[in-house]
Amino acid sequence: MAEAPSGNADNDTDNNAAEAFLQGGSLKHAPGPYFGSYGGRWMPESLIAALDELEETFNKAKEDPEFRAQIADLNKNYSGRPSLLTEAKRFSQHAGGVRIFLKREDLNHTGSHKINNVLGQALLAKRMGKTRVIAETGAGQHGVASATAAALMGLECVVYMGAEDCRRQALNVARMELLGATVIPVTSGSQTLKDAINDALRDWVANVDNTHYLLGTAAGAHPFPAMVRYFHEVIGEEARAQILEQEGRLPDAVCACIGGGSNAIGIFHGFLDDPSVKIYGFEAGGDGVDTGRHAATITLGKPGVLHGARSYLMQDDDGQTIESHSISAGLDYPGVGPEHSYLADIGRVSYEPITDSEAMESFRLLCRTEGIIPAIESSHALAGAIKVGRRLAAEAAASGGTAQDKIVIVNLSGRGDKDVATAAEWFNLLDKDSAESEIGKEGEQL
Amino acid sequence: MTTAQTTSKSAAAIDKARAEGRAALIGYLPAGYPSVEETIAAGIALAENGADLIEIGIPYSDPVMDGQVIQAATTEALAKGFSVSQVFDVVQGITSRTDAAVLVMTYWNPVVRMGVDEFSRRLAEAGGAGLITPDLIPDEAAEWMEASDKYGLDRVFLVAPSSTTERMQRTVDASRGFVYAVSIMGVTGARTSVSTAAKDVVAAAHAAGAERVCVGLGVSNAGQVREIAAYAEGVIVGTALVAAIRDGGVDAVAALTKDLSTGLSRTGLTEEEA
Ligand SMILES: Cc1ncc(COP(=O)(O)O)c(C=O)c1O
Repeated sequence: MAEAPSGNADNDTDNNAAEAFLQGGSLKHAPGPYFGSYGGRWMPESLIAALDELEETFNKAKEDPEFRAQIADLNKNYSGRPSLLTEAKRFSQHAGGVRIFLKREDLNHTGSHKINNVLGQALLAKRMGKTRVIAETGAGQHGVASATAAALMGLECVVYMGAEDCRRQALNVARMELLGATVIPVTSGSQTLKDAINDALRDWVANVDNTHYLLGTAAGAHPFPAMVRYFHEVIGEEARAQILEQEGRLPDAVCACIGGGSNAIGIFHGFLDDPSVKIYGFEAGGDGVDTGRHAATITLGKPGVLHGARSYLMQDDDGQTIESHSISAGLDYPGVGPEHSYLADIGRVSYEPITDSEAMESFRLLCRTEGIIPAIESSHALAGAIKVGRRLAAEAAASGGTAQDKIVIVNLSGRGDKDVATAAEWFNLLDKDSAESEIGKEGEQL
Repeated sequence: MTTAQTTSKSAAAIDKARAEGRAALIGYLPAGYPSVEETIAAGIALAENGADLIEIGIPYSDPVMDGQVIQAATTEALAKGFSVSQVFDVVQGITSRTDAAVLVMTYWNPVVRMGVDEFSRRLAEAGGAGLITPDLIPDEAAEWMEASDKYGLDRVFLVAPSSTTERMQRTVDASRGFVYAVSIMGVTGARTSVSTAAKDVVAAAHAAGAERVCVGLGVSNAGQVREIAAYAEGVIVGTALVAAIRDGGVDAVAALTKDLSTGLSRTGLTEEEA
């Protein structure tokens, strides 16, 4: 590993990076372990050998034509890539009239971007001779994807899931079990996603000889952030090529939702070195960032270390992790991948919160204008795109142009079939016009 | 090392035990469980009944290296409102009334949040010996290396059965006071037998130049203490003491410590090994 930078936010490094970017340096393919002063390996020594083994295996695989061919084949013939880039014409009318294109990760096998990462990591697990994979999951999306990849490749699969989430997402538990995985309800700590990660790490320490920890997002200790990004880079590469082919130009803006940040870093990566493209990450604002019930890690968190990386973190004055809240289980995480913290600090990506209500409005809007039921996670990106679209439209008007000349790409990270129960309850409650805060609480408890 | 003169409280405590022809006993207690006062009382009981060093854990929201008994205790301490600054009261409460070296065991984020320098200053002021850092490896410890030198604190890093020769060397070189040898690939919790891996880890640490190596994870009775005392400079007991304070309060801690300490003497130790 490279020399550790000082633990304090290292503004010199960050300014240099921003400058390098402005002067034509590249932000792409950042190898880790550090992204500015973020990232690293804040991990027990017991796991360092496994992280080293993973890093080495990954670095070799990346350069191995056979591995790349395997990934390309699985992406095409198993996941169904490339995913479409669909123009959302009727939806766009609600975004100031700019043109919105959807990157259709919802059309992948298992219904979200998560499959890109699990196939890659499961292949690496096999290369390392591991026979067992473990994973954490919130709502169950990453758990289902992991169980899928494990079934495909003949690996044993154990998924850690908060006890409360198991109850709320009983169908996804059944899905994982149908795919042959064992689901272990997590009863420690706050019994949520972060505690599922803790238990997965405890399992990993004890079983590291035969087990790979298949982390589900672009967070955690090196090499996870750079590696998970690598497997999702295909999203951005495809989107960039598709918009150039369909429209002959780059977009004005790219939008994605941020949980741990994997779908976002995947699509962002394609455009990081295109200075004309504005990039936006939308965090879960929950009941609102001033209510304390949210998951807006970059907007309101402070740098700290959790689950192996230094990054923005929702924490109290004692450094204890604060529980996050969001109607979307996939965004309900108090941390965020370290590369996002870096991109935020150098100003390359803007991160903004979207409330539960804003996300659900966009959810309904996309259903009714485009015939696409989005994941609630992705609905945060849609709500953000509406705001960005209106700003771009205003800018266009001010400079004598038209909104129609502006193009926004939204990463539609997943489909909303898993969210139908949540949405049904949400909108029924809305019909009874209960107070909004009440609705938020009910939504949480689905 | 810039301050070669730093005297290590932990090393002194281990060396004192060694001079008595035995290994050192190190007992772990989570701060604030079941209360700050009882942690202090239990710490004093540890020292009075045969512990040479005391390890006070800071309850943390995400203790990835801990098993269920310690998790339950620290979760309860947090639920009762434990705040990080209180760890200095616990350290002070014990160091002011015993000769034991008192270290703090902490996951890293609470230290980051307070500020590494500020945390170190307050720990030194409370009479603390240093820090045991389960999720901080030397690679990430630049700030802590600096602060521990500035305030004369011990930095106890962990080595594990999985540590490569290279990492073992790096960790031994970065440590001061002693090196914490993790006996097993796993988390804290009582186990019926000490893994054979422990002996190999200690030998590797010694080979890398470590003068004081203490073994922890899974040690819960005098028989296991005796086994480890034959090859390591110290034995660390955690979960068993937490279960004792949970089930029988300070008296149970005193009784267990007394019993554990019967395993410390190193019968058959050669002059050279000593
Ligand atoms: C559809 C969908 N989008 C987004 C996310 C958020 O994760 P990430 O930020 O890693 O993309 C999830 C996580 O479960 C998800 O299922």
